[in-house]
Amino acid sequence: MAIEIEKPSSVRLSKVAISKTHGEDSPYFAGWKAYDENPYDEIHNQSGVIQMGLAENQVSFDLLEKYLEEHHEVSSWGKGAPGFRENALFQDYHGLKSFRQAMANFMEQIRGGKAKFDPDRIVLTAGATAANELLTFILADPGDALLVPTPYYPGFDRDLRWRTGVKIVPIHCNSSNNFQITPEALEAAYQSAESMDLKVRGILITNPSNPLGSTIQSSVLNDILDFAVHKNIHLVSDEIYSGSTFSPSEFVSIAEILRNRNYKDAERVHIVYSLSKDLGLPGFRVGTIYSYNDDVVTTARRMSSFTLISSQTQHLLACMLSNHEFTQNYIKTNRERLNKRYDMIIQGLKKAGIECLKGNAGLFCWMNLSPLLNEPTRQGELELWNIILNQVKLNISPGSSCHCSEPGWFRVCFANMSEQTLRVALQRIHKFMEQRKVCSVNQ
Amino acid sequence: MTQTRYSRSRSSDTEKENTGGGGGAAMRVIVPLQGVVQGRGGLVLGSIIPCALFYFLQFYLKRHRNDLDDQNNSNSPGLNSTTGSASSGKLAELPALTRNLSRGLPSPRSPRGPVSVSGRVSRIVKGADSPYYVGLRRVKEDPYDELSNPNGIIQLGLAENKLSLDLVKHWLAENAEQVILRNWKELSISRIATYQPFDGLMEFKVAVAGFMSQVTAKAVSFDPSQVVLTAGSTPAIEILSFCLADVGNAFLVPTPCYPGYDRDVKWRTGVEIIHVPCRSADDFNLSIAALDRAFNQAKKRGLKVRGIIISNPSNPVGNLLSRDTLYSLLDFAREKNIHIVSNEILAGSTHGNEEFVSIAEIMDLDDVDRKRVHLVYGLSKDLSLPGFRVGVIYSHNEEVLAAAKKLTRFSTISSPTQCLLISMLSDAKFVQTFITINRERLQRTYALFVAGLKKLGIKCIKSSGGFYCWADMSGLIRSYSEKGELELWDKLLNIAKVNVTPGSCCHCIEPGWFRFCFATLTEKDIPIVTDRIQKVSETCKLN
Repeated sequence: MAIEIEKPSSVRLSKVAISKTHGEDSPYFAGWKAYDENPYDEIHNQSGVIQMGLAENQVSFDLLEKYLEEHHEVSSWGKGAPGFRENALFQDYHGLKSFRQAMANFMEQIRGGKAKFDPDRIVLTAGATAANELLTFILADPGDALLVPTPYYPGFDRDLRWRTGVKIVPIHCNSSNNFQITPEALEAAYQSAESMDLKVRGILITNPSNPLGSTIQSSVLNDILDFAVHKNIHLVSDEIYSGSTFSPSEFVSIAEILRNRNYKDAERVHIVYSLSKDLGLPGFRVGTIYSYNDDVVTTARRMSSFTLISSQTQHLLACMLSNHEFTQNYIKTNRERLNKRYDMIIQGLKKAGIECLKGNAGLFCWMNLSPLLNEPTRQGELELWNIILNQVKLNISPGSSCHCSEPGWFRVCFANMSEQTLRVALQRIHKFMEQRKVCSVNQ
Repeated sequence: MTQTRYSRSRSSDTEKENTGGGGGAAMRVIVPLQGVVQGRGGLVLGSIIPCALFYFLQFYLKRHRNDLDDQNNSNSPGLNSTTGSASSGKLAELPALTRNLSRGLPSPRSPRGPVSVSGRVSRIVKGADSPYYVGLRRVKEDPYDELSNPNGIIQLGLAENKLSLDLVKHWLAENAEQVILRNWKELSISRIATYQPFDGLMEFKVAVAGFMSQVTAKAVSFDPSQVVLTAGSTPAIEILSFCLADVGNAFLVPTPCYPGYDRDVKWRTGVEIIHVPCRSADDFNLSIAALDRAFNQAKKRGLKVRGIIISNPSNPVGNLLSRDTLYSLLDFAREKNIHIVSNEILAGSTHGNEEFVSIAEIMDLDDVDRKRVHLVYGLSKDLSLPGFRVGVIYSHNEEVLAAAKKLTRFSTISSPTQCLLISMLSDAKFVQTFITINRERLQRTYALFVAGLKKLGIKCIKSSGGFYCWADMSGLIRSYSEKGELELWDKLLNIAKVNVTPGSCCHCIEPGWFRFCFATLTEKDIPIVTDRIQKVSETCKLN
């Protein structure tokens, strides 16, 4: 009351509006600003900052372009636009049946047919960001907690917590076992939540993992599911990079684990997917929730009213993803190219004396720079990050922004640039490491 | 028994009949019982029965609470956990109680109970049976088609404008292919497909601002840098609710109102709506005095009001707010230091002779406090493109814009759609033609439909904008109550096979009003609709 009298003309905003939970002030996003101000360009700005902090897949655009050129009627409803009327009016939150069918098929293809998906269990959202937030709204109440293994995608702090009022309790993983999730770590996180008087509603895993760039082994998936059953909580598996595994046999989806168990305990499992990474179409805003729980499907559908996908986009993608020739070729070629990029960056870093976690998926690698830290702390890591950003002119993501418990790890993206640009980046890293060797010898 | 939904004058009359003062509630039980049981017996029973009921209620609640707390309660399969919390649906309006109840559901420690979901799920299960959704479902199952299903249900419950869709289709047929090919080639897919600003491409904001300007007949020049784009107006309203109010705060909403506000403003935000009833005696026009009363009552209850949400043109009545009313509204908002959200999604669909004044026009003047006014717009109504999901938040409050922009991360418009519409909206000639022809068609269809209803003795409030007729069918309902209204709605749906929206869905305080959307009809359909309604209205009159 008193505040209002002092400033009669300023009308206040909500706590949500002024909170910092959107996380946009963290180094993860700060590096982007530096890039925006001085972006690298192969021809016009060769000394600019190279963006290696954005997990975008640009290696297979030509395949998309080719498809669209050969089938441009799918983007404009064809001659005379016959289907246009229904499409323009279509705002049904069930989503286009043909599109859901196409998505189900695509998800099955990615898993090599080892899992089946029912189109009527697919709920469409404008991106995986919205899908994760929506699931959080449905599975947890304000003040409850979700367990998330570290290191994790920095955007989760916003997606899972901001408007929902839900808390994240980390499941700590470390390099001693390649950052795998252990039953002990799960139990420790659960106890930690209980000691803070937080009710745990679920676990959220990302498989393949961001930022680790590796798939979760099936034995670990089984442990996690057993844990969820034991505690009677939900399990959300964000499989947004499932089509970006370098070798199809190395990815095991939670859907396969459920199938092996005859779908016992399935009603607590929910899968998030999107076309932003695998298909390189983040601008299209296409995400899905696949749930084995009827109530969750019904509620998610209705809640998706806040985040529907444009019917024009649904129509376009329904056509594209129903084209089996296209999808088979795309999935195969995309994998090969990502694998090639990955090899290139790993070799390049190795030559510079830098080790990475052994990865097999995703658009990035998890790089270990801990030997270079002045002090083995978060502060030391940020100092190094600053040097790399401002002197080496590379924007990479520090592990602390991913809540990694060990300082010195960095996420480096390799798929959002041309091969030439990647070479330039590697040269810069090489030079930087050489200079440091010289400096330390001279000391 | 008196229904709470009667207008206030009715219930106070009943009270005056029964008692001189505070014993009113007790009298409502005792007096009828006295009539039944004759004399003092009624007096005794009328005292004992409420006491007995009270005792049994306490007993039941105590037992039920023990059941919820019982860790070993494992007799409920998945579905039952929902029905269990569905009974809490009414209680779910108070956020704290929802939380307690969800804690009461089988906890993680119980190995055999179903895995629990949040309190939000239970609200959905309850809401699914409202006439609004039941009607939509029935139409989907049995939709009218002139040729293939002439006995199907005619949809008059969804605000779709099919009258001018051919104009848009024509533009697309002529232009879409070149536009899209050019987009793919010039901009290249890597430009369109990659991450874009989540609050919309700048070129699209420019095009939308220009369109909004044309819609208001150039009375306002909209600044693209004050525009935030969202995937439809539904998230625009929700985002503003998140930004302007905290959990447990409230917005004043004049009624009758758009049924969707219950979802958009309240569902995930935890914000309340306080309805401010408008009356047929005033043609359902907004009354500042009523707003003031509602504000003060809220204050007494300890509810903090953060803003007012108005629709202009209004849904369902179709009123336009006059310039004077807008000024008074602003004075009121300034005096109480609250926000105004003006939902102008039907601004381009005016069809009367009245001048439409956007609140943006008032905002343009210097001496007005711009920071408290926020406009919601979209292309779903005025351009008949609900499927494309284009909504707008327009504000001069930089903090609101900054927060809203970040929240569009969850509700971004698909980039190929943005690209297509940039071209369409930039075609000023097309836009002008569309707005003009659309208005003519709306006017003609509205006039025909209202005349048709008039022949049946059904009067509508004079509407100047939007797709609806707000019709008074209270003469046809058996009991002047929500129950009577829903009985008529049911007859219209199942006998006349016409889906209309009953006034109770719009939170109208006077029973018997119905919302008919005429913009889904061709001229041929109108006599079919009126004939069908006539069948029902005849039987109602006989009764």
